[in-house]
Amino acid sequence: MTKRSYINGLPLVLLLSGMSTPAFAGSEDVVVENAWSRASIGVNRPGAAYMTVRNTGEDTVTLTGLTTPLAVMPQIHETKTNADGVSSMAPADEITIEPGQSVALEPGGLHAMLMKLQNPMIEGETFPLTLTFSDGGEVTVEVPILGIAARGPES
Amino acid sequence: MQRRHVVQYGAAGVGAVALMLGVGWWRVDGPGAPKPAGQRPLPLSAMDFRLTDHEGNEVGPETLIGRPTMVFFGFTYCPDVCPTTLSDISGWLEDLGDEAARMNVVFITVDPERDTVEAMAEYVGYFHPAIRGWTGPANQVARAAEGFRASYERVPTEGGDYTMNHTASVFLFDAKGELVTMIDYHEPREFAVPKIRRALTEVVEGAT
Repeated sequence: MTKRSYINGLPLVLLLSGMSTPAFAGSEDVVVENAWSRASIGVNRPGAAYMTVRNTGEDTVTLTGLTTPLAVMPQIHETKTNADGVSSMAPADEITIEPGQSVALEPGGLHAMLMKLQNPMIEGETFPLTLTFSDGGEVTVEVPILGIAARGPES
Repeated sequence: MQRRHVVQYGAAGVGAVALMLGVGWWRVDGPGAPKPAGQRPLPLSAMDFRLTDHEGNEVGPETLIGRPTMVFFGFTYCPDVCPTTLSDISGWLEDLGDEAARMNVVFITVDPERDTVEAMAEYVGYFHPAIRGWTGPANQVARAAEGFRASYERVPTEGGDYTMNHTASVFLFDAKGELVTMIDYHEPREFAVPKIRRALTEVVEGAT
């Protein structure tokens, strides 16, 4: 999945790198807001983190993947609920954010799925999560860990 | 001449009304109906399954009759939908205050392989104290899901683990065990709480 995303993003990287002078075309203008996650019970269950990813620049950016020391396999997943009320979850396609737009990773939709936790997620602590973009840029955010029953960044 | 026009208009009018009725039927009761895409859950009295709650008690559909009931399916290895549903429900129950104590609130796992009684006990302990966790043998979980017309499916994930697709709606029954309504996954509190109040008040009406 990640590999395919990179391949898909490659022509865009080449195109943009030829056009603009800065090292990264767009991702340096990405701002991550309201990041939060829920505490885990131990390390056997996957965790999830949520945030808003805002593109404040003038170039379209494409979020291709995640890395974190907290989990061996962090991936962006998307929950979908069909007309019968059945929810399913699958790795999301790469996420393109137009200039001035933002994408919300929130309960019931896109989320950072943290598979194979290295450590338990303990309420009150934080962990670094790095978002990687198709232009090669990265944005790292410290994600606060809230209670298991948290409903949003403020609870 | 004049008469024929009237007849023609009349026929067109009747046709248009018939079409509207047809469209109306299609949208409301027919195959175009939005919600009951699946079937309605059975009354609790018509269900038959044996499970164990998170405190080790033997339970079944009859355990729920006598009080209004909220039931939903999920699994504790679920990172997004289930904690969201459980915290939504915890929030609704907080809104209901003392009334919440008059309800059964049951979380039935669709993943009994990993969700043992102990796992369920630990998990539900993080949410509203009214929430009970039920698990049991796979065939009994299947019978429960069948009664509620809920569906679930095991889906392998990349790392060699698996996840479960499952019905994420919350089922609301009155004290007699008749379905009152369903709450969609992540339905806003301002819609969900009145639905629960409806299930609670139907008890009073049922008692008179």
